[in-house]
Amino acid sequence: MIWALILIPFFASLLSLLIRSDNLRRTLLVTAAVGHTLIMALSWTRTFVPILNGWFAIDLIAQLFLSIASVLFLMTSFYAVGYLKTEKHESQKDFEEERFFVNAPEAVFTACLLMFLAMMTMVVTSQHFGILWVTMEATTLVTAPLIYFHRHHRSLEATWKYLLICSVGIAVSLLGNFFLAIAASAHNGVSFPLIRSDLIASGSQLWTPWVKAAFIFFLVGYGTKMGLAPLHTWLPDAHSESPSLVSALLSGALLNCAFVGILRAFEVTAAAGQLEFAKDLLVLFGLVSMLFAAVFIIGQADYKRMLAYSSVEHMGILALGVGLGGTAAFASMFHAINHSLTKTALFLIAGNILAAYKTKVAQDVRGLLSSIPASGLFWVAGILAITGFPPFGIFLSEFLILKAVIDQGRYAIVVIYLILLAIIFIGISAIALRMAQGRNIKPISVDGERKLSIIPSGILLVITLTFGIYVPPQLSSVLHAIANLLGGF
Amino acid sequence: MRTDIIMVLLILTNMLVLGSSRLRACIRIVAIQGVALGILPMLIHSFELHILIFTIISVILKGIVFPLMLLRTLRQLNVWREDDPYVGYGMSLLAGPIALAFSYWISTRLPMPFSIQSPMLIPVAFFTLIVGLFLIVSRKKALTQVLGYLVLENGIYAFGMAIASQQPMLIELGTLLDVFVGVFVMGIAIFHISRQFDHIDTDQLSSLRN
Repeated sequence: MIWALILIPFFASLLSLLIRSDNLRRTLLVTAAVGHTLIMALSWTRTFVPILNGWFAIDLIAQLFLSIASVLFLMTSFYAVGYLKTEKHESQKDFEEERFFVNAPEAVFTACLLMFLAMMTMVVTSQHFGILWVTMEATTLVTAPLIYFHRHHRSLEATWKYLLICSVGIAVSLLGNFFLAIAASAHNGVSFPLIRSDLIASGSQLWTPWVKAAFIFFLVGYGTKMGLAPLHTWLPDAHSESPSLVSALLSGALLNCAFVGILRAFEVTAAAGQLEFAKDLLVLFGLVSMLFAAVFIIGQADYKRMLAYSSVEHMGILALGVGLGGTAAFASMFHAINHSLTKTALFLIAGNILAAYKTKVAQDVRGLLSSIPASGLFWVAGILAITGFPPFGIFLSEFLILKAVIDQGRYAIVVIYLILLAIIFIGISAIALRMAQGRNIKPISVDGERKLSIIPSGILLVITLTFGIYVPPQLSSVLHAIANLLGGF
Repeated sequence: MRTDIIMVLLILTNMLVLGSSRLRACIRIVAIQGVALGILPMLIHSFELHILIFTIISVILKGIVFPLMLLRTLRQLNVWREDDPYVGYGMSLLAGPIALAFSYWISTRLPMPFSIQSPMLIPVAFFTLIVGLFLIVSRKKALTQVLGYLVLENGIYAFGMAIASQQPMLIELGTLLDVFVGVFVMGIAIFHISRQFDHIDTDQLSSLRN
């Protein structure tokens, strides 16, 4: 079944390059996404057999993060059908500057989207650190053309920064791989393979200085891709310039994949008896990321960049949660779900706003609730959710992290955490809620809202709202088990 | 002994690429470095079929395919020199020996749990890595930054050689494939940059702020 998860999007991607008909290709995109999600749903009721000598397996972390990615991809693929219908094939005018640009061919766009899903599946399920690295770099390469869908100079600049910064970052984590290989070489010359379960089982025999060095390189390398400050510089550019559905996938799914890479390294480091060392580093990176996000969110002019910095903040919270351990690690996993759902919904709505108002400047957008009511409503709901307003899921996870820090008696972190959350709350709501209220004076360029562009966001928001009130016991037990793996409790 | 010749070759190519402003020469130097690295596994390890295959593939990629791709981009762009880097060539050449000394120092600080064929391998790998990073941050032309990325990859590859034959070959090949596609995609991006902006100076890619 793992083969199916990887090969369905893989072959669908190749096929979509050959298909001439736009409608057929869009059907293929949705079909592949539905197939992937159905198989992922099946993984919750039965265990899948590992493939290729155990190089790919659905363990707990893979199950959680692949389920998130799969659901997001499904929702985004519906949105993509509506989006691609409205995008013109011929040259069009850039609304920010008086220039003309064309879009990349739709076949390439669809192929890259599907290949992205295939590579994400491999990243998350891979149990071998080498495969993890290879596929992680592959996700960078297949998403670069997605960011450069609108072929104008700003998106090109964003693509270049993304390619270069992430490639260098991931090269650094390759060094982490080699350090881990050195750490795994035993005294008598026989070494362990870089398979997660083997490394964890023989954790006490690993060379600790090299394990520590490896963890630092993994954290810096994959942290670049995850958007942890101060290595996040590619993130706001790429998120603001790519089409909104790509931003949604980057934020909701890709950043999580990089987080999975860090979690894998974290598990091994913990098994080698360096748990406290790894935790302290994660707490540090987490708080720094939240700080950077807070600084840049205040007075942010561009609402898509605001959402991008909010992703930096939430990645920081994920790192912080794992770094604190115990209940916070549980909360961090829960937070990953809620952040992905909410942020994807918000980016999709931001795409609707962009299509209607033709501007990314938050100041110029007024009266969302009256001009595009459904999108406006979801925008407000999403903003409340992302800033941690009850009863949405993010409130619960942020609150659990707060409770965990207080229980641990680390009051300095409590104070910093609360102040930063408050600043970000004020920053985001001041910008975003103003967009929803008031009256729109300029004419908007859509007549009515398309179902395909609002229903996906609606579904995602309803799920995160439900999680804020009721966590299914099966999900809760998986989250607890992962927290246990990460050295919690 | 034979590995030591390769090590010296690596150090020399690193110094050359630091001091050269002509892009065509830089591409060739990196190609030579790639070939030298490509044959390294043959010299370090005992003769085996999979090592031979791997050597052939990496020599072809690093020595022929990458330089040809980059030279082709160069011809399309009609850009031949890196005239005004952030860090001048004199300073870059000065930075080289400092980086080399630092690499030796850091490799004495990291005790290897097993013996390595050539004592120079680890410091030279670190040196190549630092030179690659230095090129990426100190040069303005997008093409030179890609070269820097290649040198960085070479350094990491050399480091991998020190411990090699522990990773399955499939993964080594996957790594090479990634670098290949990476250079390919970056080449396309550079081509688009030159068409959009009429130059490939990355310091002028600055419309996205905050």
